[in-house]
Amino acid sequence: MRYLDEFRERAALEPLAAALARQTTRPWTLMEVCGGQTHSIVRFGLDALLPDRIALVHGPGCPVCVTPAARLDQAIALALEHAVTVCSFGDMLRVPGSRGDLFAAKAAGGDIRIVYSPLEALALARAEPAREVVFFAVGFETTAPATAFAVREAAREGLANFSVLVAHVRVPPAIEAILGAPDNRVQGFLAPGHVCTVAGIAEYEAIVRRHRVPIVVTGFEPVDLLQGVLACVRQLEAGRAEVENRYARAVRAEGNRHAQALVEEVFRAVPSPWRGIGELEAGGLGLREAYARFDARAKFALAEAPAPEAGECRVGLVLQGRIRPAECPAFGVRCTPEHPLGAPMVSSEGACAAYYRYRREAA
Amino acid sequence: MCLAVPGKIISISGEEPLSRSARVSFGGAVREVSLACVPEAKLGDYVLVHVGFAIARLDEAEAARTLAAIEELAAAGRPGTDALPR
Repeated sequence: MRYLDEFRERAALEPLAAALARQTTRPWTLMEVCGGQTHSIVRFGLDALLPDRIALVHGPGCPVCVTPAARLDQAIALALEHAVTVCSFGDMLRVPGSRGDLFAAKAAGGDIRIVYSPLEALALARAEPAREVVFFAVGFETTAPATAFAVREAAREGLANFSVLVAHVRVPPAIEAILGAPDNRVQGFLAPGHVCTVAGIAEYEAIVRRHRVPIVVTGFEPVDLLQGVLACVRQLEAGRAEVENRYARAVRAEGNRHAQALVEEVFRAVPSPWRGIGELEAGGLGLREAYARFDARAKFALAEAPAPEAGECRVGLVLQGRIRPAECPAFGVRCTPEHPLGAPMVSSEGACAAYYRYRREAA
Repeated sequence: MCLAVPGKIISISGEEPLSRSARVSFGGAVREVSLACVPEAKLGDYVLVHVGFAIARLDEAEAARTLAAIEELAAAGRPGTDALPR
């Protein structure tokens, strides 16, 4: 397919790998922020093309993984205790909450539907006014405009039976948290291309100024990823720290103003808990006052009980790039995609799922 | 979750910027996609699609520039000449 195949060509990877080999003179530790990038790296074996002195650590960019268990518990409570139809992206269904997952809730009679887009949840609410429909709004800056659009439409149409369980999170505060950790070892970042497509790069400029660390906006195909690594290493070798856009076919510096306007109208940045990482200032989105009636948490008076994590899951360490999935004692043994202890084993962007799927023999 | 897939716009319907939608072909598989976030999109454009919304028009010139830069890198192939052009 156009814009995919040509960025996967092996022949295009060789010159990039050769340049990296020539230009790397010291050890560097880089983090690819987005779980989609992690999956590409592991799937295409890109880490094997890097010089030994470059270590890639996997970042927290998996919205499914960082959605707190308490939020999952609320989604389950909506379906089982409030007889609400919960519409969710498929990735969320096997993620363990503190009392089981959405699949189990579905098996127990909860009306839980997998949707591809919030527009499907909206259409269901529109078609069946007697049914309460909640969209489980998970995702980064990339996804928030779609939720904002759905909420705005619901308001415009006066749909009283539609609401959202908001679990949207924002990437820059997580990068700040990683850089602020006393034992941080990440020296450069590959920023998540699709988040930047929507949000632009201004917030990353601010991080570069504060922390003097290179941030390279990077896409998801093998050529994009090697290019991102090369650009990041070149900055490090030259002692530079800048925001550099290596995904220019999709990312403009200012981002997508139309998408930002939708988000700005409906949401505001709020402190938000990240699973495995903790509460992050401005780490998530909450509905603005004008749209507060679409907040499922308030509408159904859902309890805000903190949920304990499964004892053995090292989700926090994996999400912060402190350990590799196979370093977790449960990996592939007591934790598998069929019986996950934590979200990174379930999500199509989870680092544990990537290693389980593509690297089990090597683990 | 941040997966976004490039596809080609094969038809557009609707007039209002926020209600415009398109049929987008992903290598033959066709889906209805909202153009609310890319009101400038035209027939034949390639767009990145995420959860039913086009989030960016793909810039053909930038894509070509990236690939051309790698060809130059391959052609040069000797130390000190790594152009990673913008």
